[in-house]
Amino acid sequence: MSTRPMDTSPMNTWPIGAEGDTPNPDGGLTPSQTVGPFFGYALPFAGGPDLVPPHTPGAIRVHGTVYDGAGVPVPDAVVEIWQADATGRIPRAPGSFARDGVTFTGWGRAAVDRLGRYAFSTVRPGAPGADANPYLAMSVFARGMLRRVVTRVYFPEDDRHADPLFALVPASRHETLIAVREESGSYRFDVHIQGEQETVFLAV
Amino acid sequence: MTTPHDRIDGRPDRRASGAEPEPGVRPAPEPPRRLPEFDFAAYRSTELRSPRQPLVIPPSGATEPTGPVFGVADVHPLDADLTAQHVGEPLGERIVVGGRVLDESGRPLRGQLVELWQANAAGRYPHKADRHPAPLDPNFTGAGRCLTDEEGRYRFVTIKPGAYPWGNHHNAWRPAHIHFSLFGTAFTQRLVTQMYFPGDPLFAYDPIFNSVRDERARRRMIAGFDMDTTVSEWALGYRWDIVLGGASATPTEDR
Repeated sequence: MSTRPMDTSPMNTWPIGAEGDTPNPDGGLTPSQTVGPFFGYALPFAGGPDLVPPHTPGAIRVHGTVYDGAGVPVPDAVVEIWQADATGRIPRAPGSFARDGVTFTGWGRAAVDRLGRYAFSTVRPGAPGADANPYLAMSVFARGMLRRVVTRVYFPEDDRHADPLFALVPASRHETLIAVREESGSYRFDVHIQGEQETVFLAV
Repeated sequence: MTTPHDRIDGRPDRRASGAEPEPGVRPAPEPPRRLPEFDFAAYRSTELRSPRQPLVIPPSGATEPTGPVFGVADVHPLDADLTAQHVGEPLGERIVVGGRVLDESGRPLRGQLVELWQANAAGRYPHKADRHPAPLDPNFTGAGRCLTDEEGRYRFVTIKPGAYPWGNHHNAWRPAHIHFSLFGTAFTQRLVTQMYFPGDPLFAYDPIFNSVRDERARRRMIAGFDMDTTVSEWALGYRWDIVLGGASATPTEDR
């Protein structure tokens, strides 16, 4: 833990909650707040990480570890993915919470374990367009993160020069966007929230 | 007056003095401003959990302007009543929390999933990591879901959560709050946030609440006490409207 001096003095003073206060008086965007440490009984759900049942034909396993800026695994993060189906179409079917084992909804959620690890069972998405490589859109939420981080998981078999995102990113950071294919056939994609290997995060 | 760009924590803004881009890399346009910033020193856990590199504006893809669809099969009507999930009634002050989910143009977001979770009336979560010596309530779990209606409205019945201490600094207490998770119609609209209750004396001391430096924006996280939401002889009502940014430029099908 940091040894920074603790400041318990009021950080600001302004009248709040006066009678007649209206919710969101200016209609502006609702700010983000951290998911906190106690989402574990609320957000994860049975089948959440399994966009397709594991070990079905065509299923791939995408897994990894979430690390903080000191290289320590984050044990209280939740990871979500959103993706096209195997043909590149964007799914429009409901049913992510009520998984029927057949319908592909394109969305999954996995809380990390105590070692910071997550794992999804899904399909490799088709290319979303002629000029882009297939990818998974990924969000990571955690205690200590006031907002989510957003990234893309690309696949190592695809030519990175074919995708416009890589032209916007220093070559030294390209690897942080590409999953590693393991001998088992799984794809490993670690997320480094901060540090030397900081993952490329997107402004959305 | 403070502005959203002020730093009250005395730490230099690393993003402002970021490294020069490498040769051959196109200069990045200014990303859309999202609140709050990742790094807020008074909330100590942000120190190692905040990105330091500039965010990259992605080329428009087909995936991010769309998002998952949730339907009636995903959500049971009783999921919106957190007081009806067990054999008995939970202890505490029963409340109704409702409002609308809107996009940045003020249009209702219909049929959208809203998830929520919260501490019980004593300020305790049913979570192994919560060591606060306050009682668990066998009749309260504190998690719910619903879909917004045709006007973008959501409504939950729950009990008022208690404040609770946390380890951020000496005598640190979280103001009473309810966690909310929203999807909107696009991956870019995804939002996890917290709703607060009006008039909480802990506001001025809470680094998470104050991580949003703009006063107007902070106000958007505070529900209003609302007589129209209040149910006579039964429960006080709070109204909280949620505005999601980052809508896709390409309209998705109207559900």
